[in-house]
Amino acid sequence: MSRSRAAIAWGALGVLAVLVAWELYKFLGPADGLVVGAVAGETGSGVMILPRTNDRAMPHIWDMVARLFQSASGGDTPPLIVPVVTAALTTLGIAAVGWLIGVAVGALLGLVMQRWRLAEWGLLPWIVVSQTVPLIAFAPLIASIGSQVDRAGTIPWPQWLSVAVIASYLAFFPVAVGVLRGLEAPDRIHLDLMKTYAAGYWPTLFRLRLPAAVPHLLPALRLAAANAVVGAVVAEVSIGMRGGIGRMLIQLAGQGSSDPAAPWGPTFGSIALGLVAAGSVALVGLGLRNYRRGEATV
Amino acid sequence: MSAVIAKGVGKTFGTKAGDVVALTEVELTVEAGEFVSLIGPSGCGKSTLLRLIADLDSATTGELEVFGKPARQARINQDYGIAFQQAGLLPWRTVAGNIALPLELHGVSKKARADRVAELAALVGLEEFVDRYPDQLSGGMQQRVAIARALAEQPRLLLMDEPFGALDEMTREYLQGELARIAADTGAAVVFVTHSIPEAVFLSDRVVVMSPRPGRITDILTTGLGDARTEALRESPEYFERVTAVREALHGAPVERANER
Repeated sequence: MSRSRAAIAWGALGVLAVLVAWELYKFLGPADGLVVGAVAGETGSGVMILPRTNDRAMPHIWDMVARLFQSASGGDTPPLIVPVVTAALTTLGIAAVGWLIGVAVGALLGLVMQRWRLAEWGLLPWIVVSQTVPLIAFAPLIASIGSQVDRAGTIPWPQWLSVAVIASYLAFFPVAVGVLRGLEAPDRIHLDLMKTYAAGYWPTLFRLRLPAAVPHLLPALRLAAANAVVGAVVAEVSIGMRGGIGRMLIQLAGQGSSDPAAPWGPTFGSIALGLVAAGSVALVGLGLRNYRRGEATV
Repeated sequence: MSAVIAKGVGKTFGTKAGDVVALTEVELTVEAGEFVSLIGPSGCGKSTLLRLIADLDSATTGELEVFGKPARQARINQDYGIAFQQAGLLPWRTVAGNIALPLELHGVSKKARADRVAELAALVGLEEFVDRYPDQLSGGMQQRVAIARALAEQPRLLLMDEPFGALDEMTREYLQGELARIAADTGAAVVFVTHSIPEAVFLSDRVVVMSPRPGRITDILTTGLGDARTEALRESPEYFERVTAVREALHGAPVERANER
């Protein structure tokens, strides 16, 4: 118990340290930054080695928080936090669908690669390479395939589904690798034992390999959740879907010079989003406690 | 019917550095209900021989029959139970769940499973621990669970690979006594790999002495200690005599002593 309390304390201290560092630099740093090698009369010349600290570039933390409770875009519009939460929930839903697709695809790939060594040799390099393709390059491709399918009429393909598919592209990777490693985790002695029981592939999978894979699986699922959120946000931006937090970030950042605290609203929203996503997976871990015996418990 | 018959059994492992002969020309018969120990230094192939009988590896040469069948068929028919040096319990299953594992895999009904688990837990003296997890048990208790699991399907042959090797001396002697009792109660034949001479003599009807490079059987000694495996036996002159005999067979006895024998 005291260990978990200590963990919470350290976590809070970390967040606090970031906040203190922000305000401290804002207090000490030069208001217009520090530029070296600037040529007089030539704007944008030289290299900025210290960023600006004026209120437009670095609003105070309390201004960012206060902005959340001020009307979103003037007049009678509700406080900023309302559209932020709505947008975050929209993105969370899409990321969740992306996570599910990613977990299903990743688990399937992991199973196939563990079952057939040849499949591992053939697939694993491609799976690793797949993650080096920039999401920005490949998001419009998915979006255009999606809209073509939608236009064909037999299967409806709303825009959010394209976002979910793109998010799953990031999410499947840790799952595929985690499932593969996890299924190969059982000790030699346990595999020998299952052989002496004349247990075939499926009984061995369900009685031994899957339970033994749980400690590898949980971090993979958590990574996949975080990746799905990042993927969803980036995909929203790159295919221009409205209603999610990604779009909102871009929109408010565009108005940053006149309303510098506003973009921080959706930024906080997306941080909360990632925490909620990773936290939900941690709950799955609680339900699987017995499969993590012998692991150091936090 | 004999439990195990090995005729000219050999095993060669192919490695990058060339073939390694782990076992050669093994001739051995284990009768039903007989307790046979395999003893010898590291690399003498005693564990390899056990793995061949269990069909965890297959023999390169010779013939190996378990209850009149090829080893592979005997494994598929579940004719033997096995225990290793490590207990090898599944950490996410309770003691009861671990003992029930083979029964579960072979479709024994839930009710019959529960009955059998209770019976086995009593046999190894763990009635009060059936709901514990392996990490809550001592090494000796874990090994007792492994023995109960090996006995779950009432095998007529028990294969044991240094099951007490990782335990302290006290626990070891206690479990030897328990194993002797269990083997007598169940009437199962036992093939027992060990590198402890006293352990081999105390438990066995016959001690098979093996030697490395290449792994082979050099001697087979009958202990002739009768059925009474009690603590008193450990202090009897006959017991010491057999221990000496096995030691000399292992290390190579002086010629005159060998003649006396």
